[in-house]
Amino acid sequence: MTGTDIRNLCLSALALGICALLPLSGSGYWLSIGVTIVMFTALATSWALFSGPTHYISLATAAFFGVGTYVTGLGFETLPFWSLVGIAAVLGAVLAALVGLATLRLSGVYFVIFTLGLAELVRQVITWVQNRSGQKGLYVLTDISEADIYWMLLALAGAVFLAGWLIGRSRLGFALRIIGDDETVAVHSGINTALSKVLLFMVPGSVAAMTGAILAPRYVYIEPSLAFAPMLSFQVVIMALLGGAGRLWGPLVGVIPFTLLWESISSSFPQQTTLLLGVAFLVIVYLLPRGFVGLLDQIRQRAAPKDPEAQA
Amino acid sequence: MDILITGLLLGGTYALIAMGLNLQYGVARIMNLANGEMLVAGGFAAFWMYTGGQISPFLTIFLLAPLTFALNWLIYKIMLQPLVKRAKTRGQLETDSILATFGLSFVMVGLMLMVFGGDYFNYSYLARPIVIAGDTFALNRVASFLGAVVICGALYIWLNRSRPGLSIRAIAVAPESARLVGINVGHLAALAFALGGAVTAVGGALLSTYLTLDASTGVIFTLKALIIVIMGGVGDVRGTIVAALLLGVVETLVATLLDPGLTLAAAYTLFILILLFRPQGLFGKKPT
Repeated sequence: MTGTDIRNLCLSALALGICALLPLSGSGYWLSIGVTIVMFTALATSWALFSGPTHYISLATAAFFGVGTYVTGLGFETLPFWSLVGIAAVLGAVLAALVGLATLRLSGVYFVIFTLGLAELVRQVITWVQNRSGQKGLYVLTDISEADIYWMLLALAGAVFLAGWLIGRSRLGFALRIIGDDETVAVHSGINTALSKVLLFMVPGSVAAMTGAILAPRYVYIEPSLAFAPMLSFQVVIMALLGGAGRLWGPLVGVIPFTLLWESISSSFPQQTTLLLGVAFLVIVYLLPRGFVGLLDQIRQRAAPKDPEAQA
Repeated sequence: MDILITGLLLGGTYALIAMGLNLQYGVARIMNLANGEMLVAGGFAAFWMYTGGQISPFLTIFLLAPLTFALNWLIYKIMLQPLVKRAKTRGQLETDSILATFGLSFVMVGLMLMVFGGDYFNYSYLARPIVIAGDTFALNRVASFLGAVVICGALYIWLNRSRPGLSIRAIAVAPESARLVGINVGHLAALAFALGGAVTAVGGALLSTYLTLDASTGVIFTLKALIIVIMGGVGDVRGTIVAALLLGVVETLVATLLDPGLTLAAAYTLFILILLFRPQGLFGKKPT
């Protein structure tokens, strides 16, 4: 660990500490925006941990998230809240491993298609089970306040950043970067590509499930169409790619502007959010293929073309 | 027997939609996730012509086909060709085209919501009973099935007997070698993409005679078409037809015996089985 690493860690811890002061401001509006931003930061950053190096587009976030909310919804009366978050994490990781084992051995297209329908699949099954038992939805009535949710999500986001930083330094992270660059080379250098991908895919799976478990008390009433809303998966993909999936802090750069834009559009033109989503995808593909981070790099390279530090 | 025939009737129209997607993915190498929206747009057109002008959906398709052909040709030329040129590898093109067609699909849903609103729409056309093998079926289902059979058959013959069909099959098998033997890959890929889009839109018009659609149902049809294409094998017309009929029957079976809300779960079960045991498709050969 070098001096810059320690400095970066201290700065990050300081930033996290400042963010933790937000609920003390007493503004309910900004606290609720803050919860949304921290939630998407955790989701998008963990998404980019997997999809950044491998280039696989996962649309399964909503499925994991919904599983997490249902864990809380079903268990909050009998079990302590912290253990529910743990159970959600394990369930999310197991579900991710199953999906990964079925699809990640094959090409990327199969993975995208499979994850695209995964939330809908789980939703149909849960709806069916509920119809058989005669329930419609679940009430989640707890004494957990919005500020508690915010702090828990902030801790989770911090853990995601730490995990991402550690994975980046580990053998697994190195293996994944090689897989992303050239899968054939990776196989020939003795990397078990399928296993590495499955292992890493378990990270966003478990983080999304934990996020869902933490956020369930905020919804008060949960039903399948709310918990498994497919829009969530797309929002996460857009935010991560808008910021830039190649860097650990990239998604954060996309989350903040897109959340604010989304909030303002959905409050004044609620019918047009789908259109916004579509336009955002097109902007990413045609104008910002490497996200804001790529744009920043370009500007920096132009500003100092002879400075070797800027290109590193 | 009742279930089997209903399933086959449904599967026939699925085959048409999946053929459209297969042309786009197998030849133009574009995983078109806006496929379902093209289908819904076709359904909207048929609905609008029928309620507005009392024009039969089976006449609308003759107008719809050239229009959507032109529209899809433009989409390929303007949106997708730059991506094909930019992509360094097959994988990058796949990622880019998935994101771009996702964008397109959301834009189309957004526009359709703006124009038609979020309501379900359906109309009553040929809703008369007809008796086949002792059971009664709605005439519109049977008519749509026959329409799909005619179009599928024409496509099959065209692909297998004509010169452009041969070139298109060559591109599906080996895009690099096709270029070497003097096939204009760029031109034919655009043609295949446009044709695929037109076939899908026509399929949507046929489906709308008996299914209720709304602006955001497209993604379900995209998923089903994708599952069929993968089950049948990319670029394999015969496999696509068999897989579509199979999906139609399985779906009808689950909807009648278990719960109509589980149709996608049924399709997914088939999909998982295929992925685990025959990832190269029903009739596909193992890649060497």
